[in-house]
Amino acid sequence: MQYKSQAVAKPYFIAAIGLFIGQILFGLIMGYQYVVGDFLFPAIPFNVARMVHTNLLIVWTLFAFMGAGYYLIPEEAETELFSPKLAIIMFWIFLVAGALTIVGYLAVPYATLARMTGNDILATMGREFLEQPLPTKVGIVIVALAFLFNISLTVLKGRKTSISLVLLLGLWGLAVFFLFSFYNPSNLVLDKYFWWWTVHLWVEGVWELILGAMLAFVLIKITGVDREVIEKWLYVIIAMTLITGIIGTGHHYFWIGAPEYWQWFGSVFSALEPIPFFMMTVFAFNMVNRRRREHPNKAATLWALGTGVMSFLGAGVWGFMHTLAPVNFYTHGTQITAAHGHMAFYGAYAMVNLTMISYAMPMLRGRSANSGPAQTLEMWSFWLMTVSMVFITLFLTAAGILQIWLQRMGSNPMSFMDTQDQVMLFYWLREIAGLVFFVGLVLYIWSFFCKKGEARFAA
Amino acid sequence: MQHNNASMRGVCAPHLLSKNTPAALNNNTITLREVHDTPPGDFAIWFFIFAELLAFGIFFVAYAFARARNVELFNQSQQHLNIAAGAINTLVLITSSYFVVRAVAAIKQNFSRECARWIAAAIGMGGIFLAIKLFELYAKFSAGISLSTNTFYMFYLSLSIFHFMHVILGMVILTAIMLKARSGGYSAKSHTGVETGASYWHMVDMLWIILFPLVYVIH
Repeated sequence: MQYKSQAVAKPYFIAAIGLFIGQILFGLIMGYQYVVGDFLFPAIPFNVARMVHTNLLIVWTLFAFMGAGYYLIPEEAETELFSPKLAIIMFWIFLVAGALTIVGYLAVPYATLARMTGNDILATMGREFLEQPLPTKVGIVIVALAFLFNISLTVLKGRKTSISLVLLLGLWGLAVFFLFSFYNPSNLVLDKYFWWWTVHLWVEGVWELILGAMLAFVLIKITGVDREVIEKWLYVIIAMTLITGIIGTGHHYFWIGAPEYWQWFGSVFSALEPIPFFMMTVFAFNMVNRRRREHPNKAATLWALGTGVMSFLGAGVWGFMHTLAPVNFYTHGTQITAAHGHMAFYGAYAMVNLTMISYAMPMLRGRSANSGPAQTLEMWSFWLMTVSMVFITLFLTAAGILQIWLQRMGSNPMSFMDTQDQVMLFYWLREIAGLVFFVGLVLYIWSFFCKKGEARFAA
Repeated sequence: MQHNNASMRGVCAPHLLSKNTPAALNNNTITLREVHDTPPGDFAIWFFIFAELLAFGIFFVAYAFARARNVELFNQSQQHLNIAAGAINTLVLITSSYFVVRAVAAIKQNFSRECARWIAAAIGMGGIFLAIKLFELYAKFSAGISLSTNTFYMFYLSLSIFHFMHVILGMVILTAIMLKARSGGYSAKSHTGVETGASYWHMVDMLWIILFPLVYVIH
């Protein structure tokens, strides 16, 4: 760690991992509810478990992005953070607001929560992924703006690198596009437009810039390849992201009541969306192969390479699978979507966060890398989580194909619930893979506390 | 990747010559074939060119599929297009590409001002293209045609407008290069920027050369 103020990243990373554990636990609950429908009913109904699962994912990703910002920006700008105190205050505000929101989801029915939190003043609730009550949404905006204020001023007073500019662009975009979540028109088509302008322009737009910047930063550090080379790659990747991703929003307009030409626009542009992800893979491997130093943190290198591969498979390949309008006509809203969602989110965003944490946490704890045994443990957790996620994706894909066939293509289409009974086997297998994922996560946490052989790596 | 330029007269920057370049001395002028180890211009631009070609390529293929399924509709709608305007625009863009070639040749001989003038001429041709295209689109919009009129017009308008925006981008790039050339920012030794912009502009031109026959002419 080169700058004292980078230390504020540490609580953000710890909170991120804590919420990640929560996300996986609720994933397991929900996966079990797929096969035993009344599990934990009425305490935690399926829709609540699902909301908690997805919201925790978003919140832990935001925590990790902010931690990454606070860690990376001072080092790139070669100056201390503008205000470490503000960063810590915001951390506690965000953590308390996030925790209260989850408690709210679990403690009272959603409609009651909506009444209690002023949804009648400005109706923003009830939309998938953006279920947060109004005060939480306002809190997210305040925390995000304070964070952006803090890191932007740090960049302004220090060195301006491409990595920090791309990161800033991505994070500002994240904040700006979140504002669409405050507008909830009663016209359903308009509602969907605005909803996608947050959801899609986040995950297939500005978040990819954040991902690219974080990956580029870690690659510079662990490979020692020239900054100019890495920055050129970064620019080309983010340009491709924006060229394909922005009009690619059209692949959500196919069946929401938008004009028909969106079926062409959405298909063509989103078919190109795998390109930036493919380049990310080539980028990661290319840089590691051309490395000019042997960084002691092998685990971080593994996570970086894994991000390249898994984001391409999950976002690129599994996304392309159902992005063309004639295909999506059959696959829309089936388990194919769930398969894509799982691998894309894990491969792109969970893994880049874990890459960053894997690289930065040892530094924040005063050493260049964890001990050999701790890294071995972390690499085991990498493989367990990654391979089980591959299986979760494959099982859901199989369930999806069967579902489409039985429910939408056969001569005697079955009802939704009858179809669900037919794909039960895959849901069981998915749940088992989910348990293995959880084992991987436990090993991951354990690797932080592994004391074996620590002395040799002290920085 | 190897890229052979046509014979070009004039003094060429020595760094462009690889060891086995066949160069023929002829009195005071040097006729030579340049052999590049990499494509001309900044390598990054070729990623964009590749991506742009892919995007347009997919659109062209989609057009072909859609046409095959609605031959009648396409034939009928195509008859209402202004072929003369399209043909003039083709000539305009090809001429602009020639001007860009002259600009690259000029800077290779260290003629900065001449280079800037050729680029200005190319930008002017780009402007003429845009004016003609606007006139054409205005006529279509006045007739009440929109993206939702039918599949043919969806393609005609999307491809036209998509390409139109690329012409604008190309002109912005060329303008930046012209300004730098005018202030002496390039030389015979260092002119990657000029080649980068030229490569992009040729792509814009080439896309139109495919688009025009595909959408306007082939029935």
